[in-house]
Amino acid sequence: MTDVKTPAADIKAINSILDAYSGKTGILIPLLQDIQEKFNYIPREAVELISEKFHIPYTKITGVITFYAQFRTEPVGKYIIRTCMGTACFVNGGENILDAIREALNVEIGATTGDGLFTLEKVACLGCCSLAPVVMINDEVFGNLTPQKIKTVIENFKKRESK
Amino acid sequence: MNVTKIKVGMASCGIAAGAAPVFKALSDKFGGKVEKTGCIGMCYREPIVEVLGDDGSSVIYGDINEKRTAELIAIIENEEVRKEWAVFIKGAPEFEQSLYNSKQVKIVMRNLGRINPESLDEYIAAGGWEALKKTLAGTPENLIEDMIRSGLRGRGGAGFPTGLKWKFARASDSDKKYLICNADEGDPGAFMDRSVLEGDPHSVLEGMAIAGFAIGSDTGFIYVRAEYPLAIKRLEIAVSQARNAGYLGKNIFGKGFDFNIELKKGAGAFVCGEETALMRSIEGNRGMPTLKPPFPAQSGLWRKPTNINNVETFANVPWIVLNGWEKYAAIGTEKSKGTKVFALTGKIKNTGTVEVPMGITLREVIFDIGGGIRNDKKFKAVQIGGPSGGCIPASLLDVPVDYDSLNRTGAIMGSGGMVVMDENTCMVDVARFFLNFVVEESCGKCTFCRLGNKRMLEILTRITEGKGKESDIEELEKLAGQVRNGSLCGLGQTAPNPVLTSIKYFRDEYIAHIKEKKCPSHVCKSLLSFTIDAGKCTGCTLCARNCPVKAVEGEVKKPHLIEQAKCIKCGKCYDVCRFDAVIKD
Ligand SMILES: Cc1cc2nc3c(=O)[nH]c(=O)nc-3n(C[C@H](O)[C@H](O)[C@H](O)COP(=O)(O)O)c2cc1C
Ligand code: FES
Repeated sequence: MTDVKTPAADIKAINSILDAYSGKTGILIPLLQDIQEKFNYIPREAVELISEKFHIPYTKITGVITFYAQFRTEPVGKYIIRTCMGTACFVNGGENILDAIREALNVEIGATTGDGLFTLEKVACLGCCSLAPVVMINDEVFGNLTPQKIKTVIENFKKRESK
Repeated sequence: MNVTKIKVGMASCGIAAGAAPVFKALSDKFGGKVEKTGCIGMCYREPIVEVLGDDGSSVIYGDINEKRTAELIAIIENEEVRKEWAVFIKGAPEFEQSLYNSKQVKIVMRNLGRINPESLDEYIAAGGWEALKKTLAGTPENLIEDMIRSGLRGRGGAGFPTGLKWKFARASDSDKKYLICNADEGDPGAFMDRSVLEGDPHSVLEGMAIAGFAIGSDTGFIYVRAEYPLAIKRLEIAVSQARNAGYLGKNIFGKGFDFNIELKKGAGAFVCGEETALMRSIEGNRGMPTLKPPFPAQSGLWRKPTNINNVETFANVPWIVLNGWEKYAAIGTEKSKGTKVFALTGKIKNTGTVEVPMGITLREVIFDIGGGIRNDKKFKAVQIGGPSGGCIPASLLDVPVDYDSLNRTGAIMGSGGMVVMDENTCMVDVARFFLNFVVEESCGKCTFCRLGNKRMLEILTRITEGKGKESDIEELEKLAGQVRNGSLCGLGQTAPNPVLTSIKYFRDEYIAHIKEKKCPSHVCKSLLSFTIDAGKCTGCTLCARNCPVKAVEGEVKKPHLIEQAKCIKCGKCYDVCRFDAVIKD
């Protein structure tokens, strides 16, 4: 987990998220989801505050965080590229798409590019299998991809950023 | 004719295909006449636009990309019909009687692509929430009896009779009972539930409310996977509409029945689709399956009696209530009643969702409705049931689609993903793919699932790398038996299925990999070799320039040569060659 101290303002933001869950049951996962939505990852301070406020052991919280693929404990890039590794995408050449992205960004799965723009992730299925192979960048889905097409998509994102 | 309505398919698939700018351009032009709708199932023709007239006419256009929009606007303004673009014209026999349409029966998909999923009024106009009203006028016991007689079986995979499940949950005595809708849809290659949630969310809520009345529960949860942001959004809208209109909440229809629904988002764990793991996840824990019994009907969520059903199961319920169990039971086979929605993907022409009566053959689904294999390649296998299912070969294409017949093949009905594979798919590689999936998704609780699958994956990997041993097939079969018997939940128990079916039906491919060190489908990279046919090579240097490791040698205008020791078998030379001079073997 990262040791970067969360600035005071963020502690306030964490606390206001926690307050919304007071007195409820089954809160841990939605709570972590809200925190991640706000910060894009789960800061260590958030885990400490949850543990304190709701009397949930620290180890239980980290146990939950590490169990679910969705949760991250490191900050991510501005764009999260989720490459589908589901069956339909696999059969339609999904691995080639992944290779093309790796090549275009020079980054491995789970890592973020040096400029902090892109994080590469893989997912099991995006549910757009009819357009396989599929990649999701933040909330936008790109389908019927070829290695060339995904490279163009990434180039367009880069261009948009350098403006 | 006056155009009264224009509907644009705005499910995830439509949006990904570019429906949003089409929707905007049409809205700018025609204002309130333009509406969003769900996916009618023809994903292969997205973006899709339907034009409805006041004379009852309907024309559905496919492939309406941004470029075609301007022309479409002109067509609409001139009240013309562009037949070449149409995927459906109401009243036209060539469409209405096409195999694609005539072989389908739409119950679950009854409103998809027809109503605006964000409009309660449109759901009501389509008969929505009537089934709950009818239900509340009767007794839970009669409702359950009707459900049993309808023959509806759970669509989440295992096919347990829904009415019976409700009966058990009703019989459990408790101050509190829960109802859960399983919308985790984790099987890669399956998106039926997403389609229903995005296109007709109220039907699922209504089915849940009816089930809540049946078992005596006032609290429902929908556990929906986080990878479906649009489904979540439309569910949120539907829940709040239903609450405001009094279809959810207290004293519904003045009959003293209370029922509320809350959404829970998954967090990216396949095993959480398993019912006991799912309940642990809602409780806020790691999603580890627990031993059954006790079954959820006795002790489920927070140890209270709980009934859990799949999205598609619930979507059937209002239809059965309104149309009667007899009508439902009249569709299908003796033991598998009604319809099943399938997601057709892979190397098939007509990708998308289809709804067919049980008992139809695989051949009819894949060839008559699905249009057969893309690029006129040869069909090799269809994978059904996802990581718990199996690969069915061409020789079994006439097997009817029902729970028992599919089980006999070694595959399962599963949730409804059908991934079609052609001659260019390597079955050993597919088996490796599924095991890799299972190894990543196993929660790790059971030793055999955690380690046995890993051993199997190692063996399969080594076979695809040309390092397979003759004893490997036997070893795989032995491990498969142990994993199946030594695992607590369905994930481990069924994990060997893709391997076992591929050995059963494609043994010769395994043997080619192991003995001849060849991949007959030319997929497994380590077993490939690239050479240049000197007779065909013109010395254009294209391959040499594209080779990432500079393994191609040769002078301009003279035949080139690939240095085998350097070659990483990426296939770039093969892809770029314009003279078919690179031989892949
Ligand atoms: C590993 C695993 C994953 C599962 N995933 C799902 C799923 O994504 N959706 C689903 O409805 N059922 C899934 N199931 C089946 C559920 O455990 C359960 O049987 C089902 O939700 C019951 O609903 P039904 O009776 O309406 O089919 C899964 C089972 C296993 C073992
Ligand atoms: S398999 Fe890739 S989107 Fe479903």
